[in-house]
Amino acid sequence: MDNEKTAQSVGLIDRVWKFFSSITLAVVVFALISLTSIIGTIIEQGAEPQRNIKLLAKFVGPSAAPKAFQIVDALGFTDMYHSWWFVTMLFVFATNLIVCSLERLPGRLKVARERVKPLTPEQFPKMPIRREVVLKDNPDKVRGAVEAALKKAGFTAEATEGEQGLQLFAERGRYGRLGVYVTHLSILIIMIGAVAGIFFGFNASLNLLEGTASGVAYRPGGKEIPLSFLVRCDDFSVSFYEGSDTPKSYRSVLTVMENGKDVLTKEIEVNEPLKYKGITFYQSSYGFSPTKDSLFRFSITSAAGSKSDVQLKFGESFAIPGTSVMGKIADFSPALGMDDQGRLFTYADMMQNPAVFVEFSEGGAARKSQWILTRIPETWKTPYGTIEFKDLWGAQYTGLQVRKDPGVWLVYLGCLIMAIGLYAAFFMGHSRVWVLLRGEKNTTKVTVAAAASKGRAALEEKIEKVMKSLGQ
Amino acid sequence: MDSSQFFGIASIAYILAMITYIAYLAFRKPTIGIVASALTVTGFAAHTAAFFIRWKEFYEIGKMGILRAIPLTNLYESLIFFVWCLILGYLVIEWKYKNRSFGAFVTPVAGMALAFIDISGMDKNIHPLIPALQSNWLLAHVTMSFISYATFAISFSTALMYLAVTSEERKSGGYIFWTVTLGLFVSILVAMGVDYLTFKVVGHSTGSLVKSHLFKATFRSSSVFVALLSYVGMAGLCFLVWRYGYLMSRLITSFALSKETLDELTYKSIAIGFPVFTLGGLIFGAIWADQAWGKYWTWDPKETWSLITWFVYAFYLHARFLRGWRGTKIAIVAVVGFFSTIFTYLGVNLLLSGLHSYGGM
Repeated sequence: MDNEKTAQSVGLIDRVWKFFSSITLAVVVFALISLTSIIGTIIEQGAEPQRNIKLLAKFVGPSAAPKAFQIVDALGFTDMYHSWWFVTMLFVFATNLIVCSLERLPGRLKVARERVKPLTPEQFPKMPIRREVVLKDNPDKVRGAVEAALKKAGFTAEATEGEQGLQLFAERGRYGRLGVYVTHLSILIIMIGAVAGIFFGFNASLNLLEGTASGVAYRPGGKEIPLSFLVRCDDFSVSFYEGSDTPKSYRSVLTVMENGKDVLTKEIEVNEPLKYKGITFYQSSYGFSPTKDSLFRFSITSAAGSKSDVQLKFGESFAIPGTSVMGKIADFSPALGMDDQGRLFTYADMMQNPAVFVEFSEGGAARKSQWILTRIPETWKTPYGTIEFKDLWGAQYTGLQVRKDPGVWLVYLGCLIMAIGLYAAFFMGHSRVWVLLRGEKNTTKVTVAAAASKGRAALEEKIEKVMKSLGQ
Repeated sequence: MDSSQFFGIASIAYILAMITYIAYLAFRKPTIGIVASALTVTGFAAHTAAFFIRWKEFYEIGKMGILRAIPLTNLYESLIFFVWCLILGYLVIEWKYKNRSFGAFVTPVAGMALAFIDISGMDKNIHPLIPALQSNWLLAHVTMSFISYATFAISFSTALMYLAVTSEERKSGGYIFWTVTLGLFVSILVAMGVDYLTFKVVGHSTGSLVKSHLFKATFRSSSVFVALLSYVGMAGLCFLVWRYGYLMSRLITSFALSKETLDELTYKSIAIGFPVFTLGGLIFGAIWADQAWGKYWTWDPKETWSLITWFVYAFYLHARFLRGWRGTKIAIVAVVGFFSTIFTYLGVNLLLSGLHSYGGM
């Protein structure tokens, strides 16, 4: 009874092993992952239902679209890459990869460990590359020349004295044969890194208005994630390419606070994140949401040459030093433009071309008022001095991507190993060379044989060079 | 002289080279072959010069690091670079295999692509880089991706030629596959040409959404008649290629391109393209995405399609080495791989949306 049971369970393990080691499985999983991924690139992932209903209407007609959407949604295609069945496929793929590699690895390892051996007389003519030359010298002298020529070609030769004569043999890139397995291993390392990131890390976002701080970030669903410290946005600014509204760069000045103290300040921009305690803050977007407390910042240079900075809220007034002129902030536009008829209007809801309308007065009597634009220095000039509108501070927020990923170093390591593995697999062939030296009177017959697991033509060229240098 | 003049010289040289290569095939005079090669090399030199001049122009406008100013940031520039890689690959093959007949196939593609870029009214202006693209990874990621696309394009054409050479029996699967593939490929190219012509004639503002315009003049026409006619035309073209494909087989065979050489070229192109694609396209792309967005993999359509392409070529390599696939079967895999490549390059940008949207027109 017991024996039968063990036999059965062994049979089961064998069958599972066989199932995962089959190449058919690999092909099926490859195909399934590819085909479902194609669907995933057509159906917009994590989008508003309305968008996908519109898309489906193109295929099944507008009346059937809502029903089709329900089915597609229930099957997980709207967030496909995180659905249980897609993740399962990835795991089957990984298991398949491990089992297939383990099955073939021992054999390959044996081949890779085996050092080159001298050839028997029967083996010589069977080698794919063969050359022969007769040199006028005794074998001992020729040996040095052959060794030097091989050395130049990158081979360090060993020697053995046999009945056929003196044989030199050498090899290169023996471990290139393992490149495929190194590549497979790297895929697994990357996948382990990804899993570690999913389980022990997070991906969240955070919008911070200038001057505000936060101790939490938000997951896509809206769930709060505590950060264990505070991060504050001191300033946010966008610079544009001259004469256009294409942003050149956008940057935020962030400060990390712990126990009420500032511990780190850094200016970040796209491609230049801030890292603190394993959490990384990436500049990803920005927006405009002014409040009553947003501050208009000016730098004033009076006609007499004295400089001063002021900041004030909407509707407040400031004095121009050295004069009795007052300026009042009466209007604001984040993006002031002019239409065909010369009328002013606001053309965007972001701070693309911020402008402020200042009403000047002197002793209660109204003076000429004007628009002052941040990006156009000509508008800063007034009859009372230069008034630069520097910023509306506390009105823009910076959109940050907040990430913690303890598995990312594994992903990088995997990438590095993959690069090495691919190099070995594709560009590093295992090449072997044998040279037989047979003395005949005052001459030596040199027989060269070589074989390459990859890049035969390249090896042939090298051998050609060796022969040439011997001939001279 | 500015870059566009050099591009003009390159286009003309390639088209002249095409005519000369065809003359070479017809008359088999070595002198004609040398002239053809010289024209291709001249075109390539002008092309190279144009590329670097545009790089300099871009650098002067953008005022950022020279490495970041590589002109590879929109469809126009990428197509030009793609053609450059293709010609380079061809010249290497011509030199290594001492066979010029392949040129009659490659130079038309190059000349047509450059001419197509010219008549399509694609946006040729130099645009400054948006912040996400301002990174040194741009250079490595994009150039390596395009080098691999070009090697895959070469493997595609040699695989098709392999199928043409090995299958002359009209009812055999291999024959049907290559003729229908060629028919579809040419039909789609013609349809896109028609799109661009109508697009220009009707005069929508240039550079507007080609996304919604693609195939609107043919397969997706609002007129049922035109749409139907387009499909009939496509079927007709496939039939013609199928009916007279054997002529092409004979032509290729007469070029002294043996099937072994074609199979080897297909494999070698993929053996170079695959590691370059993996490293430059997938790995460098992931590292850059990680540094710019904090996510190394987001299943964005471009990434997903790259992965699919990678799977197909991985399959090619495993089928070849583990299962010993040779001949028709493996050539078909190479052809399918290039379809996936083309979709990764163009289809994703023209038809789908995602993070890589700046590759569009």
